[in-house]
Amino acid sequence: MDIIRGPLRWLGTTLKLMTYNKAGFIGFLVTLAILLMALVGPFFVPLDTKTKLDKIYQPPSTEHWFGTDHQGRDIFSQIVHGGKDVIYVAAVAAFLSTFIAVTFGTLSAFAGGAVDSVIMGFTDIILTIPQFPLLAVLAAFIKLDNLTLLGVFLGLLSWPALLRAVRSQALSLKERDFVEAARALDLGAGHIIFRELVPNMMTYIVISFTLAMTAAVYTQVGLVLLGLVPVSSSNWGVMISLAWTQGAIFFRDAMWRIMMPILAIAVFQLSVITMTRSLELAFNPRLRTMA
Amino acid sequence: MTKGKLDWQMDEHQNGKAPLSLQNVHVSYATRRGKVQAVRNVTLDLHAGESLALIGESGSGKTTLGLAIVRLLPETAQISPGVILYRRDGREVDILKLDRNEMREFRWRDCAMVFQAALNAFNPVLKIWAQAWDTAKAHGWHDKEAVRRRLVELLEFVQLDPKRVIDAYPHELSGGMRQRVLLALSLLLNPQVLILDEPTTALDIITQRTIIKLLRKLKEDQGFTMIFISHDLAIAAELADRVATMYAGRIVELGASEDIFYRPRHPYTLGLIRAVPTVTGGFEQLFSIPGSPPDLIDLPSGCKFHPRCAFATDRCKLEEPELEEVGPGHTAACWHWRAVEEELQRNPLHRGVLSVLQAISFNAEEEAVS
Amino acid sequence: MAPILEVRNLTKKFGKGKETVTAVDSVSFAIEPGETVCLVGESGCGKSTTGRMVAGLLEPTSGEVLFEGKNIKELDSAGFRRYRQSVQIIHQDPYASLNPTQTVRQILTAPLLRHNKVKNRAGAEARALELLEVVDLTPARDMIDKYPHQLSGGQRQRVAVARALTVEPKFIVADEAVSMVDVSIRVSILTMLARLKEQFHVTFLFITHDLALAKYFAWTGRITVMYLGRIVEDGPTQRLITDPRHPYTQALLSAVPEADPELAHRKRQIELREAEIPSLLNLPSGCTFHPRCPYFVPGECDQRVPPLEPLDVGGRVACPVRKHEHVPLLV
Repeated sequence: MDIIRGPLRWLGTTLKLMTYNKAGFIGFLVTLAILLMALVGPFFVPLDTKTKLDKIYQPPSTEHWFGTDHQGRDIFSQIVHGGKDVIYVAAVAAFLSTFIAVTFGTLSAFAGGAVDSVIMGFTDIILTIPQFPLLAVLAAFIKLDNLTLLGVFLGLLSWPALLRAVRSQALSLKERDFVEAARALDLGAGHIIFRELVPNMMTYIVISFTLAMTAAVYTQVGLVLLGLVPVSSSNWGVMISLAWTQGAIFFRDAMWRIMMPILAIAVFQLSVITMTRSLELAFNPRLRTMA
Repeated sequence: MTKGKLDWQMDEHQNGKAPLSLQNVHVSYATRRGKVQAVRNVTLDLHAGESLALIGESGSGKTTLGLAIVRLLPETAQISPGVILYRRDGREVDILKLDRNEMREFRWRDCAMVFQAALNAFNPVLKIWAQAWDTAKAHGWHDKEAVRRRLVELLEFVQLDPKRVIDAYPHELSGGMRQRVLLALSLLLNPQVLILDEPTTALDIITQRTIIKLLRKLKEDQGFTMIFISHDLAIAAELADRVATMYAGRIVELGASEDIFYRPRHPYTLGLIRAVPTVTGGFEQLFSIPGSPPDLIDLPSGCKFHPRCAFATDRCKLEEPELEEVGPGHTAACWHWRAVEEELQRNPLHRGVLSVLQAISFNAEEEAVS
Repeated sequence: MAPILEVRNLTKKFGKGKETVTAVDSVSFAIEPGETVCLVGESGCGKSTTGRMVAGLLEPTSGEVLFEGKNIKELDSAGFRRYRQSVQIIHQDPYASLNPTQTVRQILTAPLLRHNKVKNRAGAEARALELLEVVDLTPARDMIDKYPHQLSGGQRQRVAVARALTVEPKFIVADEAVSMVDVSIRVSILTMLARLKEQFHVTFLFITHDLALAKYFAWTGRITVMYLGRIVEDGPTQRLITDPRHPYTQALLSAVPEADPELAHRKRQIELREAEIPSLLNLPSGCTFHPRCPYFVPGECDQRVPPLEPLDVGGRVACPVRKHEHVPLLV
């Protein structure tokens, strides 16, 4: 029973704290809705693949909520189906980059000396490499048609800025009296890193994760738009890319076709970023235990 | 700029009224958890030329009360009900009814607040001179030469070398120097009342002494009317004519400094005195007050001190006592102040020079014997 | 009796080149088991740095720390860890010394489990409850699942003490342990510390800027006064408080504000030649107090560093000029 009650209580507190910031909570709800739509939606909304020449470029209506494309296909169904891949790639990238940044940033701060120098030296080198052009070049050599691989690549290149931030946070936490007390009690490096330092950076880590996700969304869409990533399935990026290459920006009629995926991305990004306001509250240990 | 201390003192003689009167002042803060009752029902007259110490622990409402007088409370705070009357030149205003501009005038010209000398009491990118000049300009004093003369005079008064300080940035000064600069700046527009919030806290002992000497000079030579806010009983003993003990937002005892330190009648004041050692004199057993200060959102019933009080009875749980006269010019808010008096007859406080001298000589004899 | 802790010529420098700051300069003292010693001085005098070196949290630039007669530098890693656990520190700020993300239970059980002081989680909990009783945090059952911010300053400080006790230390460095606690509660914490001294045979090094507290806590012990990194005077508390010999100790004692209006107005006022304390970056030559000292002797005080010499009335003083002069502090 306790096994269920514990996490349930945790969830309850988190939700309650998230409501403390209204904008943040709305962001959270919208994010949740988009995630639901992208993950569960495809089971309810079949992807419209039939060409209907009599319905080309229709504006939004009760029949086609987001209008239709150049072949008369329903845009809404494409939006519903096109979110999953974008979000998946972004999540893989964000998870990897946050993981690297937190592990090595904390280690660097905690160990100091040579370890710190090596990690920071390497970080600075990666940091100086312009991420997007490198990815563009890489895409020419490696066929990035596997979504996970794309996420891993994005993640492998986007951790340095976060690592620096985590390290400086950990450095200041390290000087705190409770860490000194843990040293005096000889509680060991593992305890100090994972029990003393990381929990106090949780807010920061969670927010960094969401921000890394939004960054990965943009990079990924950028790559797709430039046609550097031959992702086959339909996703928001591919939708824009296709609309773009077919000159959709030149017809007023085609507006809905290019606007809708852009809007989907913008709303997703906006809601995620707004949600961080609530996350900040939800992971604040002080508020957490007061609730 | 022309009104000297003499005009000020005459005021009280003329109309027999105190320059600052607080009547039934309440301050509360709205928070998510509920209403914080920071100050409750404070009525107090500040006499011309006197120095009054507000003492109490964290959460006693002493700082909130000080900030309420100059209306520098955060926006979530509400001062009501209550009246804060300020009198000068036969004029009388309710500070709580002043508009923004009038309040700004009042804040420097009539009543200045001196904050604890942390760096954040200054604008870090402005030199001391610029801070003074900005303040003067904001109050319509545009004579640069005169402002500078005044500042130099004040810096000399607080025993700082004007040449060294006037063009320094705040971070270039030590804590003690910053506290003195703050004091000098607060005197720039010649206010009549000074409110000093923890004027010596966080300063080194020898620096504390310098500040204390300076404040005594200000009080004795210049006749300033001052309110000291401190958690430190020693500051009250060193500087105050009268002392008000605050607990849970109320004044629980008010009297002349000697009355408070040698003849306390409120159990909380007695508890504080018994908890604080003096450095001079023999060994005195100290006692702390059991329990913790109350939750200001969820205050205890009756007398707010009753859960920590050794004298408490059932009555204390039900009825909150008002301040009543326990001696000439000495009031205490306790149903059992007579019991406190009896307790002090049984177990006197070892205070005052005589008892301290006895203790020292007694110790010396004891050592000589052993 | 052999001292439990001894430091010899302990020196700590921070920074490099021109920016070098000598925080602690050739400090030597010894503390016997069961003795209570207070290290007193103003900010920047090196008292906390000394405390942290004693607790093995900071490495001295030179000099030695001997614990139970053994130089800690020469200990093998097991020996060093034993020493590390035997000497605990209690910090000044109870808001910073406890991890805000951990409950009292987590704070107390982690060291118990790590060092096998108990068999299992249940044992750890029982011991944690016991320790909460020891530090008067009762009812312990109500306290154990609280987070630090749910406790008052005094209660947090008690948790910090309980945490130190988990590893059964022999020596505790209490660095300004009560100066951020409300006045009305300070004494109860001091009383508790004094009780631990008896109950667990812990020896205390009590670091404070508050001479009145030092006097109260170490009435039967000793006080050591530091100024700008050096010891200027030490001795039995009762002698040092009533008959200080170093002009700095005298200035300090006369400057302490007294919570007694009559005393406050009857204390001797010692005028220093210079009110500001010199910068650690640019220390005066000879006796570092000489630019402020009212008894300054040119050619003597500014020329050589005065040695810490034994006094006939007990203790040591680093002032050859004034060491025989008694100065009454009340007038």
